[in-house]
Amino acid sequence: MSDTGVHEEPELIQLLTPEGELTGHPDYPLEISADEARALYRDLVLVRRVDSEAVSLQRQGELGLWASLLGQEAAQIGSGRALREQDMAFPSYREHGVAWCRGIQPKELLGMFRGVTNGGWDPHEHGFHLYTIVIGSQALHATGYAMGVQRDGALGEDGTAVISYFGDGATSQGDTNEAFNFASVNNAPVVFFCQNNQWAISEPLERQSRVPIYKRAAGFGFPGVRVDGNDVLAVLAVTRAALANAREGNGPTLVEAFTYRMGAHTTNDDPTRYRASAELDEWKAKDPILRMRRYLEGNGLADEEFFASVDAEADALGEQVRTECRSLPDPEPLEIFHEVYAEPHVHIDRQRAEFAEYLASFEAEGA
Amino acid sequence: MTNLTIGKAINAGLRAAMEHDPKVLVMGEDVGKLGGVFRVTDGLYKDFGADRVIDTPLAESGIVGTAIGMAMRGYRPVVEIQFDGFFFPAANQTFTQLAKMRRRSAGKLSMPVVMRIPYGGGIGAVEHHSESPESYFLHTAGLRVVSVANPEDAYWMIQQAIRSDDPVIFLEPKRRYYEKAEVDTEASIAEAAPMGAARVARPGTDVTLLAYGPMVKTALQAAEADTDHSIEVLDLRSLAPVDYPTVFESVRKTGRLVVAHEATLTGGPGAEIAARVTEECFYHLEAPVIRVAAFDTPYPQSRLEEYYLPDLDRVLDGVDRAFAY
Ligand SMILES: Cc1ncc(C[n+]2csc(CCOP(=O)(O)OP(=O)(O)O)c2C)c(N)n1
Ligand SMILES: [Mg+2]
Repeated sequence: MSDTGVHEEPELIQLLTPEGELTGHPDYPLEISADEARALYRDLVLVRRVDSEAVSLQRQGELGLWASLLGQEAAQIGSGRALREQDMAFPSYREHGVAWCRGIQPKELLGMFRGVTNGGWDPHEHGFHLYTIVIGSQALHATGYAMGVQRDGALGEDGTAVISYFGDGATSQGDTNEAFNFASVNNAPVVFFCQNNQWAISEPLERQSRVPIYKRAAGFGFPGVRVDGNDVLAVLAVTRAALANAREGNGPTLVEAFTYRMGAHTTNDDPTRYRASAELDEWKAKDPILRMRRYLEGNGLADEEFFASVDAEADALGEQVRTECRSLPDPEPLEIFHEVYAEPHVHIDRQRAEFAEYLASFEAEGA
Repeated sequence: MTNLTIGKAINAGLRAAMEHDPKVLVMGEDVGKLGGVFRVTDGLYKDFGADRVIDTPLAESGIVGTAIGMAMRGYRPVVEIQFDGFFFPAANQTFTQLAKMRRRSAGKLSMPVVMRIPYGGGIGAVEHHSESPESYFLHTAGLRVVSVANPEDAYWMIQQAIRSDDPVIFLEPKRRYYEKAEVDTEASIAEAAPMGAARVARPGTDVTLLAYGPMVKTALQAAEADTDHSIEVLDLRSLAPVDYPTVFESVRKTGRLVVAHEATLTGGPGAEIAARVTEECFYHLEAPVIRVAAFDTPYPQSRLEEYYLPDLDRVLDGVDRAFAY
């Protein structure tokens, strides 16, 4: 326990119990076919595999760093699959599951953590902005983008909704709170999706907030809801509803996905310094993948063959991730000067030329 | 004598300051139980408790803004900004409030706040974890800015910074945190070199090579490697104000100056130093002042940082350029 005193809040929206029993929720009806349920399970397993491969690649020195999503798969797949193609997502740095849903190839994520790019994918092509590391910044970008959507008149049933991801720690940041307020007074079509994984590096939730995070929305004048972040069906239903609300011009919603960071903050971190392992055991029982598997098995929606095929697919994906990561080429030194300005710039031009000459002097020496 | 790394020396200095003065507080993200992401505050939470070692909410503007209020109430807060690139949310509180409070209050309010910032590159990190923002601080009246390059200075200068009644930006060379040396922690602070003084790190006669923080080690390596010239290495230690008498004395002796830093070239610390040296030592200069700095681009992805950061070869190239005249 992180002594937050908010674990037992009754308002948690859950459709699927940790035992895999589908209870449903009157406010969030969800029609889901067997195919869709299996597809969600597959997503969960595959993103966990990408993640665990990335952790090993970091250990082997192939990546500089990795921020693991372990434990947060359902929060990310549920919300990611709630998005429509035209929607726009603004991630922080841990949203590998959402990236997956938006068609970002694992190697593009790995490239950033390997240090060969600063992101690199086209945010417009994927409806997925670059990872943002400076905590809270992207909540304002999402809000501004949503204000643009509003001015374009791109609302309505087939309109565009915007979603901003951030963590529990980020709710302390000024930018995040300003985003709440800008979105509220403008009635902007944005969903604030907070993955409350109980920790901001070593600081437990109680260092960030004295009230449950979702309750903060009320003070800004829009609805807040807490969903079981380890229940992919509940996250899907709640996020869909919030996006629909935004899409139809009814303004922002704060969704707090109540979940747990099962791994270290990043590969640089050592959580044994600040949290008890009993807490992890408690959350392992609520594992998002296990729960979905129990549901599929318990209701005869998938057989052994299906689970075996997903595992085989995960193995193949793991192999692919390893190979692709190792073969990511290092950028050319002169790439340092690329894309700093839209127009030619005398300082850059001069420094590029001087540096090219300097590098060439070594080649001449070597020759 | 105790063998300490730079990181451990700052830790020991913080501890000494907290023992010396009950008004000294440490605050920042993860500085408590974790002891900071670089473990610079390790053990302080255990020994001084949560009232004096404060794990703050994740908000840099909040950290610096509340430190200002604490200072008004008679405390001496030492705030940790987790990484250079995360200072910026605190820019408003630092530039419009912290730096100007003494002047605004006609001297009635002191701001004995120390802002510790691990800075600089070379650790293979992702974006915003490798920056050298010193020029922003240098350009702001009301702030003192220092950077340490060895454990001895780390131990004493953090204590001097805490005793200063002015706000001090204390820049810690993160890629050098693990450099070790003997420190006489039993000596008295009164005997330590003043925080504002530059230091001749290695005497020489042909050219002055000026550096601070992480680049001092590179400068010393350059002096070692260059067998053609006798290089005098100056460790600036204080970036604001600059100990110009020591700089001028060295330049008048050698007739040449090369300034090396990780901050970007244009508007960087080297630009101001070059201007002042040109004004004051013009007739002693055998060559223009040469700057070796990072390029005027954002800090690149880590696989390019070896090209971006001025390394031994680039510093030696700078020295060669100073002898081309
Ligand atoms: C402005 C800023 N300050 C500090 C940091 C360093 N930092 C990176 S992640 C992190 C904790 C974030 O916690 P939370 O928002 O809960 O997200 P989580 O990492 O748990 O997903 C901190 C302090 C940062 N990236 N940006
Ligand atoms: Mg968190």
